[in-house]
Amino acid sequence: MKPLLEARALSVHFPVRGTSMSGDSRLLRAVDGVDIEIGAGETLGIVGESGCGKTTLGRAILRLLEPTGGSIRFDGMDVTRATGAALAPLRKSVQAVFQDPFGSLNPRMRVSDIIGEPLRNLGWPRPRISARVAEVMEIVGLPPEYASRHPHAFSGGQRQRIGIARALAPSPRLIVCDEAVSALDVSIQAQILNLLKDIQRDFGVAYLFVSHNLAVVRHLSHRVAVMYLGRIVELCDEGRLYTAPLHPYTTALLSAVPEPDPERPNRPVVLEGDLPSPIDPPPGCTFHTRCPVAKPDCRATAPALREIEPGRFVRCHFPGSFRQAEVTS
Amino acid sequence: MTAALELSRLSVSFPGQPDRLRVIEGIDLAVGPGEVVGLVGESGSGKSVTALAAMRLLPSVARIDAGAVHLGGRDIVGASRQELLRIRGAEIAMIFQEPMTSLNPLFRAGFQIGETLEVHLGLSRAEARRRAIELMRAVGIPAPEVRVDDYPHQLSGGMRQRVMIAMAMACRPKVLIADEPTTALDVTIQAQILQLMRRLREESGMGILLITHDLGVVAGMADRVVVMYAGMVMEEAPVRSLYAMPHHPYSRLLLKAIPRVRERADRLNQIAGTTPPASRFPSGCRFHPRCPDAIDRCRMELPPLETMPDGRKSRCWRTGEAGLPSMST
Repeated sequence: MKPLLEARALSVHFPVRGTSMSGDSRLLRAVDGVDIEIGAGETLGIVGESGCGKTTLGRAILRLLEPTGGSIRFDGMDVTRATGAALAPLRKSVQAVFQDPFGSLNPRMRVSDIIGEPLRNLGWPRPRISARVAEVMEIVGLPPEYASRHPHAFSGGQRQRIGIARALAPSPRLIVCDEAVSALDVSIQAQILNLLKDIQRDFGVAYLFVSHNLAVVRHLSHRVAVMYLGRIVELCDEGRLYTAPLHPYTTALLSAVPEPDPERPNRPVVLEGDLPSPIDPPPGCTFHTRCPVAKPDCRATAPALREIEPGRFVRCHFPGSFRQAEVTS
Repeated sequence: MTAALELSRLSVSFPGQPDRLRVIEGIDLAVGPGEVVGLVGESGSGKSVTALAAMRLLPSVARIDAGAVHLGGRDIVGASRQELLRIRGAEIAMIFQEPMTSLNPLFRAGFQIGETLEVHLGLSRAEARRRAIELMRAVGIPAPEVRVDDYPHQLSGGMRQRVMIAMAMACRPKVLIADEPTTALDVTIQAQILQLMRRLREESGMGILLITHDLGVVAGMADRVVVMYAGMVMEEAPVRSLYAMPHHPYSRLLLKAIPRVRERADRLNQIAGTTPPASRFPSGCRFHPRCPDAIDRCRMELPPLETMPDGRKSRCWRTGEAGLPSMST
């Protein structure tokens, strides 16, 4: 079966001026050769720490940023450099929900106008827009009387419902969610996560779910990609990734998540040092500077992302050499 | 044993229309020497106002309406500005969520650490600098002899938080208030900072009031937990018994709403509705509109924070009853 979305060797490099001694511009490799596929109705989670490129990847898929290399195919069509009419199918079928429910809604617009905006852009007639707005408001659990209010009157959770209703309005096939629940309190976060699951079950929409929160990603995703310095270091189904990670970075990342369980506290593998700069990434495996099991090989040659079991990709010379068991037991 | 910090019946109000808004009401809370007390709650629960009141750092429009803040046995609610300047930094110190906004961008890191020592201990500039380097080493900043002359923007987020901690620790305060100290940090950096805070607690014997929305962080750090909701303490218990058997329906539902990294639940338990703002705190028990266990009495009468035979406290008319709706999964 053909994937709904397919990115091959996708790169987004930004020139950074005057960072080298000679004053030449250098490249910040925010996304550097990423391969992902998302099937219809599937959720692909993207996790990683600040600066790993997860947000840039999402924006490139949305074509809000121009890829500098590689390709994006949506529903079989190459949309990497599509413009105008050729971009229209992507604009209709791929929508986004962002983190900040305060910053991503225009305070001057009424809720019904915010939710109807993508439909107006698609040239829908007004009566059809009103009907669809009422429909999606009901789906996301917003009472109809909210339609004429302005977003400042709402709490964070309700604003995120407005954002989801807007994304849902043109019946997209893929929604890119960038830290969509990260600004919400736990009790509200649970409501929104359940809502996202319900929407997927009822409408078969696929999600690219970008987050730094590993627990939230596990809860929602079918498959998960872990990013480090612009590259995927591990990608597989949620079950294998979380129970038996093979990349040392995944292992360390998972071990660092504080568990809400005082009887079984997590034992973090404390990684030394900070994230290296993506302008000047370390040679060889870019994780070797912080890797607890790095060997001379890792400094010398960069490992490729290899499929070491069916559906299981790891970018490591010694996958599985650093196991969760050593951490938790 | 006298508490290092004790708040009793503390109430704080802010200007509002038509009446002042009571944002926290009758807060009772104590931190013993060497003890870590976790203060948890969602946005608007009043946990940060509680912390600022304990430091006497409330904005000038805020008013302490009632209650006491005992620091080492003495009430500082009536303390003068002069006295407060002597106390803050020396006896009680605070670290905040965003170290970039709490550090002065115009001064070198080492100077900002040393300043406290010059003010409180009368050290010379040179002595303060030497001591700042020692403190930077103690909080795990590599090459402190070099870093001492860095400006805050030259440091990473994790390093800035270490500088904040070094500043707070400089005069060996008896109490440290940490307001969301790791919320802005990546998970691997969070693990480093939490490990550092645990070590400093062991070495210094200071009491820590750890304010966070993250029930995972609390589980791994706190000895005792105070749960706040809508400006009031709802429950207080030793950390293990709280997580094993929460008494208050709010704590119970909150714990069930968290997605876990170790297991994948099909659906999360969600708490209906939203947290009320101070202008709309409900009558009776403030949690009753969202509580599945609520009975008529909860709507009419505010339950007291009752101490149970095992020393735990819960603010609920139905504490001790079996088979409540909030207990089912």
